[in-house]
Amino acid sequence: MQACRYTARMQEIPQSLALALGLLSSLDGTLLSIAGLSMRVSGVAVVAASLLALPFGAWLALARFPGRQGVIALLNGMMGLPPVVVGLLIYLLLSRAGPLGALGILFTPAAMMVAQAVLIFPIIAALARQVIEDAWGEYREQLVSFNATRSQCMRALLWDMRFTLSTAVLAGFGRAIAEVGAVMIVGGNIDGVTRVMTTAIALETSKGDLPLALALGMVLITMVVLINLAAQLIKSAAMKQHG
Amino acid sequence: MAEAIIPPRVLPLTAEHLGFRAGNVTVLSDVSLVIAPGSRNIVLGPNGAGKSVLMRLLHGLLTPTRGTLRWSSADGLAVRRAQAMVFQRPVMLRRSVRENVEFALQVAGHADVRRAAEAALDRVGLVQLADRAARLCSGGEQQRIALARAWALQPEVLFLDEPTASLDPAATRAIEETIAAIHAQGTTIVMTTHDLGQARRLADRVLFLHRGRLVEDTPAKVFFQLPHSLEASAFIRGELLW
Amino acid sequence: MVKRKIGRAWIRAMSMAIFAGAMTLPAMAEDKFIVVASTTSTQDSGLFGHILPLFKARTGIDVRVVAQGTGQALATAKKGDADVVFVHDKVAEAKFVEEGFGVDRREVMYNDFVIVGPKGDPAKVAGKNVMAALKKIEAGKAAFTSRGDKSGTHAAELRYWKQADIDPQSGKGAWYRETGSGMGPTLNTASAMNAYAFTDRGTWLSFKNRGELTVLVEGDTRLFNQYGVMLVNPARHPHVKKELGMQFIDWMTSAEGQAAIAAYKIEGQQLFFPNFRKG
Repeated sequence: MQACRYTARMQEIPQSLALALGLLSSLDGTLLSIAGLSMRVSGVAVVAASLLALPFGAWLALARFPGRQGVIALLNGMMGLPPVVVGLLIYLLLSRAGPLGALGILFTPAAMMVAQAVLIFPIIAALARQVIEDAWGEYREQLVSFNATRSQCMRALLWDMRFTLSTAVLAGFGRAIAEVGAVMIVGGNIDGVTRVMTTAIALETSKGDLPLALALGMVLITMVVLINLAAQLIKSAAMKQHG
Repeated sequence: MAEAIIPPRVLPLTAEHLGFRAGNVTVLSDVSLVIAPGSRNIVLGPNGAGKSVLMRLLHGLLTPTRGTLRWSSADGLAVRRAQAMVFQRPVMLRRSVRENVEFALQVAGHADVRRAAEAALDRVGLVQLADRAARLCSGGEQQRIALARAWALQPEVLFLDEPTASLDPAATRAIEETIAAIHAQGTTIVMTTHDLGQARRLADRVLFLHRGRLVEDTPAKVFFQLPHSLEASAFIRGELLW
Repeated sequence: MVKRKIGRAWIRAMSMAIFAGAMTLPAMAEDKFIVVASTTSTQDSGLFGHILPLFKARTGIDVRVVAQGTGQALATAKKGDADVVFVHDKVAEAKFVEEGFGVDRREVMYNDFVIVGPKGDPAKVAGKNVMAALKKIEAGKAAFTSRGDKSGTHAAELRYWKQADIDPQSGKGAWYRETGSGMGPTLNTASAMNAYAFTDRGTWLSFKNRGELTVLVEGDTRLFNQYGVMLVNPARHPHVKKELGMQFIDWMTSAEGQAAIAAYKIEGQQLFFPNFRKG
């Protein structure tokens, strides 16, 4: 009995693979719009988060103040923020009953972008801080010799370390596009409006349609791998040119 | 661009009884000297004598634990702007050669960054490399870029910390020629080296350091022909000092 | 000069990011929509996919369904984050209206609950009597998965246990397993454990991961599950879309809406039975 059920489950994997390929090759409309929304939400979130997190990380790397080590430890710790907790906090903020309710963005992609940006800010900031602090060791004397201001140093280092920092940004993007807890709570998984790949997978799983859920999962993984591949190719081409 | 002599505003620099401790180790003790405008000062000594630390103290990268440093101007900004430093390992930004020079000029608030950078590269003979990635250049080229960068700032005093230590003789010669040219334009040179031959070639004045102490401070001719101290004599003879 | 250039570039990039995000904001003027807080079981049954397009065709209003457990749906509505509530827990709904959070409650339809279990039926519960079935499950200490998530289904399940004079908490951790999740995940667990479970027929019919589970107890009139729709009280939350929300409620209880509900079938079986009665 047990063995039969095990085999029945395992058959779902080749079945899902076939389903995934079918969905991809037929460019299924629903799949495209869900995948597109995933990309858009996580894309905007990572851009917004990076624009704030990279300068912040650079500032923290160069700043010296009492309690700095505590701030660094806190930031590093927040890399492990559970997405569902972030979702809950943002939900309470954006709810009509909450302080920012008047914005009316709960249950829309905008709320999802906010939640994901908050979620990945610590990742990008903490990694940026480490990268810039390491680089500062190498660049400090020369930059001080030039009389560069703190702000000029930050910008020079951020630009110089752009290849390493791009890996941090990609890490943030990966985390965002793969999470389901935050977008489920603040987005509501509304069909055609806030349904993204991960919430769609959760939905199909809860409906018991495991082959479809697995197929969507494979599509998501493929998307993320392709994006990382593209980023890697761009990076190595640029590095070859700039050293 | 007009080859101007640089009027001394922040020099002479007077150091009195400088001392520096790192942890429990005394790296420098009781070093007193005066850097006069227009001179070529070579700080000579074996490795570990404290030359690099002295450079950094004079340039303001380190704070002395003892003693004082006095510039001739009370204007702190002018004092900082009048100096430049070239390090043993050149720090190149991850951008083109030209942009490296332009960066230094931008930070200094220079009016015509593009032209000044172009002129500096021209003087050092690196114009053909201007758009190459600086980090992909050879060690000798990078050091010349660092010199061009420092020179573009038209400093009153240029500090150099063993600039040719890791270079081959051809590159070393190119660097030394550039340093001579910079000096000819009116910049005061303060340079460290452990290479006796280099000191002979470049010095007006030799400051000999041994174990953190300024053992001798004499004009170059005197130093090489009639050194006062035993350590200096031994060093010139080629002995190992420890 | 450089400082200003880079500062401006940063501002431009930030504005573009916010603009891109804002482009996803609902265009308030053109798009007519309401947010309906409903339950996962209703969503999982596929009913909304069937009736909402008909509503949109009739009125041009987009219905955005946020599907949560009944408890969470009512909490969402209490906060004013939804315009309409559509759940199946009469007791909780009455309380909701009484506390002033909801107005104009109307009964819309009912479906029924069933008890599913392993084909082999170790506790021998098969039949038409839900009370007897529950008593046999408790007596035999047969594995039973409950939603345990304060949903309408969960509340109903607990009422049946109470009526059968059994406290399922006595079996907690032993034969009574609370998953704290929606109907689908609970059925997934039951399927994997070969346990009994209490579910609404709608979710069951569209549930694809049955394993060895099958319907064992059905048809008991006590198993009927009433759905109600309410408007979130605009007196409490002035931003609630009263006009559009009422259009939805009116349509759901109109002849056309009720017919649409009745027309929804899975495997030839009607899932929901419209029962709106005026007055």
